[in-house]
Amino acid sequence: MLTLDRVNKSYRVGLFGGTELRAVRDVSFDIGAGEVVSLIGESGSGKTTIGKMILRLLVVNGGSIAVDGVDIAGLAGAELRAYYRRVQGVFQDPFSSCNPIFKVDHLFSVVRGVYFGGLSEADWRRKLAASLGTVNLEPGQVLHKYPHQLSGGQVQRLLIARALLLDTQFLVADEIISMLDASTRIDVLNLLGDLKARGLGILFITHDLSLGNYISDRTVILRRGRVVEMGATPKVFGNPLHPYTRMLIASVPLLHRKWDEARPAAGDGAAAERCVYHEMYPRTAPARGDGEAPPLLAAVGDDHSVACSRADEEGGC
Amino acid sequence: MSLQVTDLRVYYRTLAGDVKALDGVTFGVADGEIMGLAGESGCGKSTLGNSLVRIDGRMKYVAGRVVLDGVELPIADSDEMDHFRYHEISIIPQYAMSALNPTRKIGKMVAELVESRRTPFREVRDELARRLDLVGLTPDVLDRYPIELSGGMKQRMVMVISTLLNPSLLIADEITSALDVSSQKAVAQTLLEFRERKFVGSMIVVTHDVSILYQIADTLTVMYAGKLAEKAATDVIMERPRHPYTHLLISSLPEIGIRFAEKRLSGIPGAPPSLLNPPAGCRFRDRCPLAFAKCAEEPPWVEIEPGHSAACWKAS
Repeated sequence: MLTLDRVNKSYRVGLFGGTELRAVRDVSFDIGAGEVVSLIGESGSGKTTIGKMILRLLVVNGGSIAVDGVDIAGLAGAELRAYYRRVQGVFQDPFSSCNPIFKVDHLFSVVRGVYFGGLSEADWRRKLAASLGTVNLEPGQVLHKYPHQLSGGQVQRLLIARALLLDTQFLVADEIISMLDASTRIDVLNLLGDLKARGLGILFITHDLSLGNYISDRTVILRRGRVVEMGATPKVFGNPLHPYTRMLIASVPLLHRKWDEARPAAGDGAAAERCVYHEMYPRTAPARGDGEAPPLLAAVGDDHSVACSRADEEGGC
Repeated sequence: MSLQVTDLRVYYRTLAGDVKALDGVTFGVADGEIMGLAGESGCGKSTLGNSLVRIDGRMKYVAGRVVLDGVELPIADSDEMDHFRYHEISIIPQYAMSALNPTRKIGKMVAELVESRRTPFREVRDELARRLDLVGLTPDVLDRYPIELSGGMKQRMVMVISTLLNPSLLIADEITSALDVSSQKAVAQTLLEFRERKFVGSMIVVTHDVSILYQIADTLTVMYAGKLAEKAATDVIMERPRHPYTHLLISSLPEIGIRFAEKRLSGIPGAPPSLLNPPAGCRFRDRCPLAFAKCAEEPPWVEIEPGHSAACWKAS
């Protein structure tokens, strides 16, 4: 279980780092084994920052990230190497993850150098073939080629295979298919679905709502670093409660229904009109930090939480 | 008919030989029509858009005619094309967000651009302010540098600039691809608004995102490996595509409501052929589930019903 508990991250920006940009605010969610959680947000919402913090590429400013109860912030040396055995990432541009002057088998030999020094050549080849097999690639057809000789989908699958060489339990997939063509992207997406069935937990970071809806079990909607709505995917997409979520879903271009055609009301109309948050927390939320404060993100149903859109910095409504 | 393109061939010169990015393309765009042009990367869709505006040094005009409003465009001759560019035919380039000069204030840049087209800036200044207002930008953006604008604002700014002289044909190349969903919708609807107000005659909207085209385009053209695969009215393409590539492409798109656990979509196996030495016959043959012996011959581009053309032996 990968758990994020009230994670915060701020960047120093501006002249002499005088301004603080709070990229991620109080984000909490968890990913279980064999679960795909999609993290959806527009540009600048902090989704990549969260992925990088999980991969320890960025330091957490507040809150904690833990895997099976062990906080990852303090890991170093052998412990950190062991952590990377379990948690791996794949990123948006497959070609920028490869060194263009080496053939792609270099990607794998680096991993071998760090983690599989003691493995014999034959065992290594077997392991490599098994890993490539899971992503539907033929070792003989790809390993002796340079990155530019392969398609984006092939390189992206190679990178997933590299992430799976270790005993990976969690995969951070940051916009991994946005650069792929329509005819191949769905294959990579289906691959994630198959890996999930084998027990891999996946954080699927995307700005494309239809992809998130297709693959994920649970959905987290992020806006300006804050979670505005999260829960089981059918609930978030079928009955969006937060106005921002509704706006996002209404903006997605669909294939069989035009924007200007009336859409059926999400859920039952009455429930969509009334503010569930304020039924549960009728008093306006006091400033955060107060022990009595209602949570910004409140459960409105089984595995479905929404944050009040009006309770801003001041906590007013 | 506003635009008529006949058997256009434009190749890229490379050390390894000519890349046949556009290999015999024939189509027409009616007055006021928004033609969506879709396809995978490397299929030649941007080359088609660019070659109607400017054939640069890397490209080589090989054959074909382009007629816009009854006048034949001298697309092979870049200097002659200068008379048409921006006035008659204009483009919103791919990565429009980096199309603005970062060292100039936007107003100054627009003034320089308009005057380079032999139009005094004061003639268009009022119209510019009106159009900025229409897309939700305040006139003070003209005193700002591009870096001060967000991505969606820059995209709308470039759209206003490209259409300022009311071109008869506008080419919009991947204008929504780098935007968030909410800005995507605003930008796409601005295109419709521009047509409504007659700022532009007809449009060719190039994108890999078929669902955006379904929202705004009147007709949809699908390209594959340097050739047109199919063209028809948007609804017809979506409901009864005749070319197997169109069919597979559309059915591989995930949509809200379709979930992996319930309905597994599938991609198209294989990859498009290299355009350096494209295979003879139908170029989709190797990936096509319906391919048969006759596909070794090149399928002709034929009209299978009024307004619906396709290049496939199985369709005709």
